[in-house]
Amino acid sequence: MLMTAPIMFFVFAIVALAAALGMLLSKNPVSSALWLILNLFCVAGLYLTLNAEFIAVIQVLVYAGAIMVLFVFVIMLLNLAELPDLKKVEWRRIIAFTMGMGLLSMLTFISANALDMLPNPPSLAAAAENGSVTNLGKALFTVYAMPLEIIGILLLAATIGAVVIAKRKPV
Amino acid sequence: MLSDFTPLFIQLLIAIGLSFTLLKAAALIGPKRANTIKLTSYESGMDPIGSARDRYSVKFYLVAMIFIVFDVEVVFLYPWAVTFSEFLDAGVGLGVLSVVFLFVIILAIGLLYDIKKGGLEFD
Repeated sequence: MLMTAPIMFFVFAIVALAAALGMLLSKNPVSSALWLILNLFCVAGLYLTLNAEFIAVIQVLVYAGAIMVLFVFVIMLLNLAELPDLKKVEWRRIIAFTMGMGLLSMLTFISANALDMLPNPPSLAAAAENGSVTNLGKALFTVYAMPLEIIGILLLAATIGAVVIAKRKPV
Repeated sequence: MLSDFTPLFIQLLIAIGLSFTLLKAAALIGPKRANTIKLTSYESGMDPIGSARDRYSVKFYLVAMIFIVFDVEVVFLYPWAVTFSEFLDAGVGLGVLSVVFLFVIILAIGLLYDIKKGGLEFD
């Protein structure tokens, strides 16, 4: 089972990149939004390969759910028809930029590795323990109970603020 | 661990595969006899009038805002639901329950305010 994580990582990474490109290149704003949802799902998969299960669930719940609702509403409120035509894509520049950045990151990685500047990555077991929902819940509802209630008040302020702003004033 | 999620991935694969197969099958074996009425955009049996890109009421936006607030609430309730049996075993179930109840009540006040103000009514 150990070998599946790297394979899954590359599968998710490639699909995420493809979805990001699809989002940038599609002309219809709604299909852009759909590509973005696929991209966010793949990023959630990437979190899973890093054993951060809680962040993965939050990624799907909040980003692919709530934030996308906001995006779709903004598209709806702005009345976007088709996006203006993109200029002709200059593939040579894009390829040059990508390869340059790749070379830069590789050189940075090698020199940082040689100078022993990279932090030691946590072991898989430690990552799984830190990312588990159970440990987070244990801390959140005991030690951090007070901040939790304050977050509740913040969300209450958001609800009431939305009503106050959007409600039509009686004339 | 990642291996815990293998059933989830299998289910996702089945879902994606099923939807693509059904769409492809419908395109391949479905009869295509188009006429004007069939190709008109569907608007609940009405004749479509005007552009779909009209201005929408801000009320829709309000519903979306409230959805987002309660979505964030679910984010906090999710670790609680997963961990609660451990809290019961540790004997602090009642304390944690009251913490979460207070949290939910604070958010319910917002919803009550919204309903009282008529924020969810479409006028």
